[in-house]
Amino acid sequence: MIEAVGLTKRYGAKTAVDDLSFQVRPGAVTGFLGPNGSGKSTTMRMILGLDSPTAGHVTIGGHPYRSLPNAPRQVGALLDAKGVHGGRTARNHLLSLAQLAGIPAARVDEVLGVVGLQDVAKRRTSGFSLGMGQRLGIAAALLGDPQVLLFDEPVNGLDPEGIHWVRNLMKMLAAEGRTVFVSSHLMSEMALTADHLIVIGRGRLLSDMSVTDFISANSADFARVRVPEDGPEDRQKLTATLVEAGGRVMSEPGGALRVTGLPLPRISDLAHGCDVRLWELSPHQASLEEAYMRLTQGLVDYRSTDDAKAGLAEPPPLDAYGYPIGGHVDEPVAPVEVPQEGWYAPPPPGPRPAPAHSPAAEPSPAAEPSSAVPAGEQTSKDLR
Amino acid sequence: MASVPAVLTSEWTKIRSVSSTTWTLISAFVVTVVMGAALSALLNATFDDLSEAEQATFDPTFVSFSGTVLGQLAMVVFGVLVVGTEYSSGMIRTSLAAVPQRATFLFSKIAVAGVLALVVGLLTSFVSFFLSQAMLGDRGTDIGADNVLRAVVGGGLYMGLIAIFSMGVAAMLRSSMLSLGILMPFFFLVSQILAAVPGAKDVARYFPDQAGSKIMQVVPDAMNTDPAPYGPWGGLGIMVLWVLAAVLGGFLVLKNRDA
Repeated sequence: MIEAVGLTKRYGAKTAVDDLSFQVRPGAVTGFLGPNGSGKSTTMRMILGLDSPTAGHVTIGGHPYRSLPNAPRQVGALLDAKGVHGGRTARNHLLSLAQLAGIPAARVDEVLGVVGLQDVAKRRTSGFSLGMGQRLGIAAALLGDPQVLLFDEPVNGLDPEGIHWVRNLMKMLAAEGRTVFVSSHLMSEMALTADHLIVIGRGRLLSDMSVTDFISANSADFARVRVPEDGPEDRQKLTATLVEAGGRVMSEPGGALRVTGLPLPRISDLAHGCDVRLWELSPHQASLEEAYMRLTQGLVDYRSTDDAKAGLAEPPPLDAYGYPIGGHVDEPVAPVEVPQEGWYAPPPPGPRPAPAHSPAAEPSPAAEPSSAVPAGEQTSKDLR
Repeated sequence: MASVPAVLTSEWTKIRSVSSTTWTLISAFVVTVVMGAALSALLNATFDDLSEAEQATFDPTFVSFSGTVLGQLAMVVFGVLVVGTEYSSGMIRTSLAAVPQRATFLFSKIAVAGVLALVVGLLTSFVSFFLSQAMLGDRGTDIGADNVLRAVVGGGLYMGLIAIFSMGVAAMLRSSMLSLGILMPFFFLVSQILAAVPGAKDVARYFPDQAGSKIMQVVPDAMNTDPAPYGPWGGLGIMVLWVLAAVLGGFLVLKNRDA
């Protein structure tokens, strides 16, 4: 059991982790999600006693990490796959860690076999790929057969087979009653692996619930409506009618409309009523990935308001974040309230823009200009 | 809590499993011995060309340690790398997660690497002495002569202490490159130059290498060097104080900063 209470870490004026409280329970895989730079790794380091919190505390099994008796036997961690002296062989690296906790050398060969590195055990780690580095890091975490395991982005650099293996490994470890805490910035990965989700953004807790709850709370249905391409006035007419009837209409790249708040038959009736032909009327479900991105995006955009979740409570303004449509360079011609500049912009390198100038640039609360959505994450849809 | 013997064992594994250890220590040995022997042979051949003052204070023991000036640089590299690679590789996080007691971690590491450096230093110093005496022929001295054994053992201690000093500095600066960039020019140039500049030499003789090298002299003010206000053991004491300060500084940095 890992328990954080009011955990806060400031670097000068920058707050990396802000009043974070959560519990990680044994017997389940707990996913720790957040965009890059949201404070995941800092939190992990504080759990391991590497960084001292500015305020608050975090304990493992009731003890701060630094006062744990024989920590390597109780807690295993993968922090940085490249955190290995490149001139040392994989086996010697693990051996030096094993000796710290009085773990016999036979266990080193055992974990090398578990992670599939037995053939390269005598090779220097400088020649290792990122995936091999991850495996070596996982081996180091497993070394002491600990009850608590922390993995910081364990699937980075792994091939599909490796990802599958890590997924099963974590589930297996949790099934044995261990506490498994896995960070990731990929919702899709966590949706498949984790039982419980802790989502943070900008160092703040956004969500702490089981995956099932997260799905039912955050995903929502919408209808996609497409009108003939030769009638832009039809499109506007239909939009006006739908909005009048109480629906929310947003434009998708590619010219379709995304309608929420109205059942499909009603949309059809309304279209018929205003004499607009439909080329498409289809039911869709927003993916978990989109829900997650809205969640984290919302925090960035609404950060300077009192309630960090102000933008999230709203019923789904499910614009097309993460929606896998090819022609996303088109600026949508759509009428409605969706200012979609920078829709698919890649995340800015380095630290995020200061919160100070985001509210001013904010056109309307329904709008969520995405400035920090990694393009790579856009390709996954309906991942559940 | 990770026990001290366990940490010592682990640090020994770490040290012996990287090739930089072997190479730096072998170069320290080879450079010191070869250069000492070569200079001894040279001085023996050109003894008559030396100034009168130099002839009067000719110290065959001190001459055998002429190679230390260069050989100590390899010791500096060894000391810096032992600590610095933990930081440059990121291994420090894994290490500290495994040994949350940072004092145990750092002092065990320094103890293991320091003892190794001392052993290699002593070996270097004895081999260097005997080889150089052979080169000096009749002008050489004997290990049984007054103070000679002290100087030869001192030469080994000096090499070990230089390495430990470098470990402390690397722990303070948390970077191999930065530490080498400061220590190498300091020991190779700055200290040597300042020690030859009038005025500055009053300060420079309290630098770790200048003070520490006094232990290797048998004849007072050997080879017409400047008289110092401390004896051989006093000089080594000054050096030990420097080493303690560096290690303490390194420990405080490690203890108080985030890894």
